Amino acid sequence: MALRTEELILNVGPQHPSTHGVLRLEVELEGELVVKVKPHIGYLHRCFEKHAEAMTYPQVIPYTDRMDYLASMYNNFGYVIAVEKLMGIEVPERVEYIRVIMGELQRIASHMVALGTYGLDLGAFTPFLYLFRDREKILTMFEMTCGARLLYNYMWVGGLSHDLHPDFVRLAREFIQYFRPNIVELNNLLTYNKIFIERTAHIGILPADTAINYGITGPMLRASGVNWDLRKNDTYSIYNRFDFDIPVGQGHMGTVGDCWDRYYVRVLEMEQSMRILEQALDQLPEGDINSALPKRIKPPVGTVYQRVENPKGELGYFIISDGSLNPFRVKVRGPSFVNLSVINELSRGHLIADLIAILGSIDIVLGEIDR
Amino acid sequence: MYNFLTELTGNEIIAAFISAMLPVVFIVPFVIFGVLAERKVSAHIQDRLGPMRVGYHGVLQTVADFFKLIQKEDIIAEGADRKFFNLAPYLVFVGSYAVYAALPFTSTYIGSETDIGLFYIIAVSGFAVAGILMGGWASNNKYSLYGALRSAAQIVSYEIPTALVILSMVMLTGTLSLATMSEMQTAYFWNWNIFGGAEWAFTKLLLIPFMFIAFIILYISTLAEVNRLPFDMPEAESELVAGYSTEYSGMKFAMFFLAEYGNMFAVSALVSVIFFGGYQSPFGYLGNSLGLQWLIPYEQLFWFALKGILFVLVQMWLRWTLPRVRVDQLMTICWKYLIPYSFANLIIIGLITLL
Amino acid sequence: MKQYFKNTWEGLWTVFVGMKITFKHLFVPSVTIQYPDVKVPLPERVRNRLYVNMDDCIGCDQCARACPVECIEIETVKSMPEEDLGKTSNGKKKALWVTKFNIDIAKCCYCQLCVFPCPTECIYMTDVYEFSEFKREDLLYKFSTLSGEETLQKKENFEKFQAEKEAQKAAEIKAKAEAAAKAKAESESKPNSDETKQSEPPKQENS
Repeated sequence: MALRTEELILNVGPQHPSTHGVLRLEVELEGELVVKVKPHIGYLHRCFEKHAEAMTYPQVIPYTDRMDYLASMYNNFGYVIAVEKLMGIEVPERVEYIRVIMGELQRIASHMVALGTYGLDLGAFTPFLYLFRDREKILTMFEMTCGARLLYNYMWVGGLSHDLHPDFVRLAREFIQYFRPNIVELNNLLTYNKIFIERTAHIGILPADTAINYGITGPMLRASGVNWDLRKNDTYSIYNRFDFDIPVGQGHMGTVGDCWDRYYVRVLEMEQSMRILEQALDQLPEGDINSALPKRIKPPVGTVYQRVENPKGELGYFIISDGSLNPFRVKVRGPSFVNLSVINELSRGHLIADLIAILGSIDIVLGEIDR
Repeated sequence: MYNFLTELTGNEIIAAFISAMLPVVFIVPFVIFGVLAERKVSAHIQDRLGPMRVGYHGVLQTVADFFKLIQKEDIIAEGADRKFFNLAPYLVFVGSYAVYAALPFTSTYIGSETDIGLFYIIAVSGFAVAGILMGGWASNNKYSLYGALRSAAQIVSYEIPTALVILSMVMLTGTLSLATMSEMQTAYFWNWNIFGGAEWAFTKLLLIPFMFIAFIILYISTLAEVNRLPFDMPEAESELVAGYSTEYSGMKFAMFFLAEYGNMFAVSALVSVIFFGGYQSPFGYLGNSLGLQWLIPYEQLFWFALKGILFVLVQMWLRWTLPRVRVDQLMTICWKYLIPYSFANLIIIGLITLL
Repeated sequence: MKQYFKNTWEGLWTVFVGMKITFKHLFVPSVTIQYPDVKVPLPERVRNRLYVNMDDCIGCDQCARACPVECIEIETVKSMPEEDLGKTSNGKKKALWVTKFNIDIAKCCYCQLCVFPCPTECIYMTDVYEFSEFKREDLLYKFSTLSGEETLQKKENFEKFQAEKEAQKAAEIKAKAEAAAKAKAESESKPNSDETKQSEPPKQENS
């Protein structure tokens, strides 16, 4: 007679070193093999969407900061261009350029955290701190410009809260000069390390069709070999003026769409962001940033959906206006939330250690998942 | 030393007791230094400063931490098996402490002048597994259990490459006693086993590359045996929170810590005895050239500690450089890479010694 | 077999490369600082603790309305016509006693939205960022310069003034009503006047 066996249920989180916040994963295990993963979310729910209905349009912006708190600039970016579209505001050239510069710097900063914490998940502590050291330089530039390091409230409907600091352009150029060799160093230290490759290659393979079926976006989708970037495919702001490539997963070390590809796409994207930055800094026009600021923000009755390429994927804002000062409804399509949904598919049959590697490669931010 | 103490005190039991307590005098300061060194090394590798506030550049940080730890509440979870939960940390520490009995600190002091020191060390270093398993099981925590089971598998597997390399060295030197082995690699660094041993022959040159391979295998497998980072499966922080020591607090946690650092030095010392001449000075003794015979043991202690600490520092350096391997890859490295290599090495060294 | 040796070699070589990088970093000067002893200089636009310069505050309530988290609470009392509250630094005349200007800094989200609408630039963000307290109540900053007694007095004054005004108004109404009654009495002979006409005018005046 066979003995009765049952799966071991392990609660990973909400307080766990590598759940990137307060995510709880209910993992069914057979020995160390993962049978099923059930993410439980909502520990960080702050009713952003409901709150937004009681706020005026500019008051919503600080709340958007707090969704994906590692990419606040980009959250502002998406929201303000959605409202501008609704109101039909044309912003000055300089504002557009500054927004792109800030957005791309934010993308680099966000990827730095993603890559650093990914190393941390796999046990490599040192690359994490090197990347944070470099991220600090970006944050200092942001602080210089708008006074805050993490939650900026920098982009306003029709403009910006402050013009660039006089030193900003010089510092940004210096940063690019400084950071390029550091990417090489990161690659030597972590990306091409044999242990790291063994841990990530062939792990958590996400085929392109599954990715599309789940609505995965951002670096995760591109790692699966799909050339899809909203900056090119559904261009907004002035991204069509810049020359940059979209890195896609090639399966250099394993299969297309494995954890290593997801990691490496982010490394390559930092390089592309720096290319955009260089062009934008060269072309940056002079001018007044406040000329298009509306006296009061009262969009006409209507709806708008605006999506932007957040560092983590497609960030969409759906806004219904009833013609009053407050939005009638704000719905956010968060990339981390959608990307997390595939975790069960990815980690089935892998070990616990791989589950952590897969979760890290998705690069989630709980602030945005729970909203 | 034991004989000397017996004569001094006139009582064998007291002499044995004193002799056995001497490594503690070494371990405790070493752990205090080791923990600080770990933090400082990691900090400077990561462009940080590390502890700076307690004493000059934070030198007393570990002492302060120690006093904090002994004041901590000793929490035992309700579902834990109290008896085993309390016993486990001491068992782990005993396992690591027992290794010191066979380590020749100097030519005059060795805890137990046994002829089968290496054999004893291999046997006893597996002892910690019992403690870790006990702690992991008694904690009644799934993470602890996973950590404990991983640790058991890991330590048992990595005993094999360790034993194979040690076997090849035993073949070369013809002794199981660590004291004799150290004595054979006397006086100058070209006599060390890593450079083919003290015997002058053309086989010495032939041996050098294989000695290096043996050294690397032994270093990797001892690294795994003490659960240091590329192989720290049992406490894989990002997966298992803190592994088998998750539920421990206060002094019991400190015991695990003490055992870990004690183990680190023990295996480093083992590596240095087998390959790098143990307590032997690389350049000859100052005591000999000055004619001060009493100075030699102190010099020997210095070299022994220095070599051990050097290897401990390399362990730390590795820890702050590498990511962690996965549990099945850990086994792959052991069974598919280290064991075949050490077997081949064993045969080649055997053939060379026959020449 | 070739792959096997390649794996071994790569494993050792990449570890060696990594160790070389970390070894180099051992001698790179540290980028961290000893925080409470050494502090990073803050840029001028830095957004930290809110401060209100009450000399300039005209009590217009715009900052409180701009705040997305409602952490600013303002209460004002109208000044007496004979009282002179002075002018703000940019020449605006003050007309309200600000009896209550509370900022609950625990709620504040440092978004700076309150700073921009202020007509006199009296609310602004300073570079003070170390203001933790043991009690939550201590984080409620009271900026009003008036003491409790003064506040009561101002309120009383205003109420008195209001009451006087009311009394005056009432007297006026009374006088009017009397006048109306007189007129009514005079035109007693015409019976077509109705009640509503009498009661309506005073109501309108009251409001």
